[in-house]
Amino acid sequence: MISDTRYDVIVVGGGNAALCAAIEAAEAGGRVILLESAPRAYRGGNSRHTRNFRCMHDGPLSVLTDSYGEDEYFDDLMRVVKGKTDEHLARLCIRRSEDCLPWMEAHGVRFQPSLSGTLSLSRTNAFFLGGGKALVNAYYRTAEDLGVTVLYDAEVTHLHADGNTVTGVDVAHGGETTTLHGTSVVVASGGFQADLDWLARAWGPSARNFLIRGTPYNRGVVLRDMLDQGAESVGDPTQCHAVAIDGRAPKFDGGIVTRLDCVPFSVVVNRDGQRFYDEGEDVWPKRYAIWGRLVAAQPDQVGFAIIDSKSLELFMPSVFPPIKADTIDGLAQQLGLPGRQLRDTIDAFNAACPADPQGRFHPTELDGLATDGIDPPKTNWARPITEPPFYGYALRPGVTFTYLGLKVDDTARVRSAAGPYTNLWAAGEIMAGSILGQGYLAGFGMTIGTVFGRIAGQEAAAHAL
Amino acid sequence: MPYDDTDLTPKLAEAARQVEICNACRYCEGYCAVFPAMFKERAFGAGDLTQLANLCHNCRGCYYACQYTEPHEFALNLPAALAEARHETWERFAWPAAPARLFQRSGVALATALVFGIAALFWAAAALAPASGDGFYAVLAHGTMVAIFLPAFLLPLVAICIGLRRYWTEVGGQRITLAHLRDAGRSAATMRNLAGGQGQGCNFEDEDRFTNARRHAHQAVMWGFLLCFASTASGTVLHYVFDMPAPYGLFSLPKLLGVPGGLLLTIGTAALVRLKIKADPALGAPALWGAEMAFVLLLGLTGLTGLMLYAATGTTFVAPLLAIHLGAVLTFFLSTPYSKMAHGFYRMAALIRDAQVKRG
Repeated sequence: MISDTRYDVIVVGGGNAALCAAIEAAEAGGRVILLESAPRAYRGGNSRHTRNFRCMHDGPLSVLTDSYGEDEYFDDLMRVVKGKTDEHLARLCIRRSEDCLPWMEAHGVRFQPSLSGTLSLSRTNAFFLGGGKALVNAYYRTAEDLGVTVLYDAEVTHLHADGNTVTGVDVAHGGETTTLHGTSVVVASGGFQADLDWLARAWGPSARNFLIRGTPYNRGVVLRDMLDQGAESVGDPTQCHAVAIDGRAPKFDGGIVTRLDCVPFSVVVNRDGQRFYDEGEDVWPKRYAIWGRLVAAQPDQVGFAIIDSKSLELFMPSVFPPIKADTIDGLAQQLGLPGRQLRDTIDAFNAACPADPQGRFHPTELDGLATDGIDPPKTNWARPITEPPFYGYALRPGVTFTYLGLKVDDTARVRSAAGPYTNLWAAGEIMAGSILGQGYLAGFGMTIGTVFGRIAGQEAAAHAL
Repeated sequence: MPYDDTDLTPKLAEAARQVEICNACRYCEGYCAVFPAMFKERAFGAGDLTQLANLCHNCRGCYYACQYTEPHEFALNLPAALAEARHETWERFAWPAAPARLFQRSGVALATALVFGIAALFWAAAALAPASGDGFYAVLAHGTMVAIFLPAFLLPLVAICIGLRRYWTEVGGQRITLAHLRDAGRSAATMRNLAGGQGQGCNFEDEDRFTNARRHAHQAVMWGFLLCFASTASGTVLHYVFDMPAPYGLFSLPKLLGVPGGLLLTIGTAALVRLKIKADPALGAPALWGAEMAFVLLLGLTGLTGLMLYAATGTTFVAPLLAIHLGAVLTFFLSTPYSKMAHGFYRMAALIRDAQVKRG
């Protein structure tokens, strides 16, 4: 299958960043091969689960309304990363996002107006028509039309380096390992969140109970290989981004549908039937990201959101129907919770809720409807759980991505302790830790992947040609 | 009651399972009318699913965009699930139901019916040969044609109306206004639901590549059929109102409508056949592939023999060609409530219902 052709550019990975790099390099006239470790049906890494692209713009642009300037964008980023970013790279990424959107459209990506239930993002985030897999499909079509050779089931296991120059790429494909030779190499092969052993070493043994929201193919093989060879790293090696998702979600690849938006209207208890955090601290878009961590800290890394029939239709529908019972005891039994303790918790919560919430409850804004006299309190949307049937959802931490990555400069070039590599660039999740040191900003992963994928492809081609 | 699937058939239950996953994702909102209609609901009863199934034009954009298609354990294949559910509703609503079960599923049955239809016309031409007459009427008297085709046209129409009433009851349709008809008519006239949401078309004959080939072929067939129908109607008006019996010259209304109509119908069906052969049958209702293909071929044969008949004017081929053409038309009419042709009526009903829901 694999010929010993010498390539101008070898792209390792098959998601958004890899495709942007391959397309740019091929358009510059390079002979390009793209090595995707997943089979064709699962190509595209985590990009296949994404839905939008956060984009700076000076006025209405494509589906985006109004304007979204560099400083506002950067402030939004700073709010989530709390200072953990490289401001120079972050601002570069933000500024370049503006001309990426027309470039994406010119290369087959289609956008649609903000999805129902996400109107708050219509100014900042351009949604892909059909979602990330449609984007990935369009890019593969474009890359193939440009003559890029695409290999699926092609896992890169090792990069040979001579000093600061990569001399060969080992790829396992069709039962054998071949060394490919390329003048330039772009690595865009994601983080390591699908390697549960690594995750358990980094985070602790409880990480084995985490669900992985994205692809099982992001095992960090190339990341590990390059770090072992002395490439400079960036990002906290112990951390991952996790949100609370439906506990019944598949171990891998559950994607968007496994999210649960019910927490603000719930009482959330742990395995022992005890509450552990203020469910109503803030509106859900600002709090969903901390709940992965909160649930991860509970025994068995599991939580249970309990609502009553009043609240069932206040949040986006869940992919699995909730567990339903006519009594709290019945619900406890079905969820495997201690019935007496759950009843006590609910009773105590109900007693602490404002006596007459009529007219004061506002599901879409901070309504200040707070409990009195329990710890932890619930500071908004505190309505008693009293109207059967009662519903329950199990919550588990769902890992989206890991922060550890390769350090790059503003040309996406990878560095070793002895200085920059002469012919190695990185793009996407594998270097995102340079910009996104903690937290997450919706649609920013695709922005980093697109901006640095394009830069890496251009630089790699310029070096080779 | 949310999540109560107890009254659903297995096919509707499978559609419900898939639709509930879609409703938690919503990435496909911009492709067609199915998704905005779906996202208005939280729970899906038989009426909701019947409406969604008939609104789906099987453009397949959502399948190729889906993160959850096999081998993913969610095993989504919404175009197939809705196609299966759709065909089931047509069988369920058809009156009587037995011929629908036959002609929906069996291309051989339709072909057999065609043989009988043509044979009947040959017999009629031989046994009921007129003493005199011009053009076609030299082969088959006008009165004989009316005696055969008036019931063959009206009876299926009655059957279709019964089916549509059942549909309308199940989906909870309301009183229809001109505005609803205008919205639905516009969607049908432009095949908006085969446009991919932005005019890029379907993912039909070449996996995830968008093209308008199917949309345009379907347009040709639909407009071709309507022109042919208008041609026949205009002939009837000329005959009875203006006392101008056939044959008609090239610059007469029946010919000006019928010739382009026949050409569009023939070319359009040929294109649909080609596309259907290339497309992945697993994204439709695979068991019905043969019956659907037979229907398209029957429609094409009707158009082609009509054109040939005109080309053969004055030759000895007129008599056999007329029998074949009218046999095809007869088979087409009689099978209409039970063949794939029913989709046109149910689709229109679904578009009207969708217009009602959208207008609140």
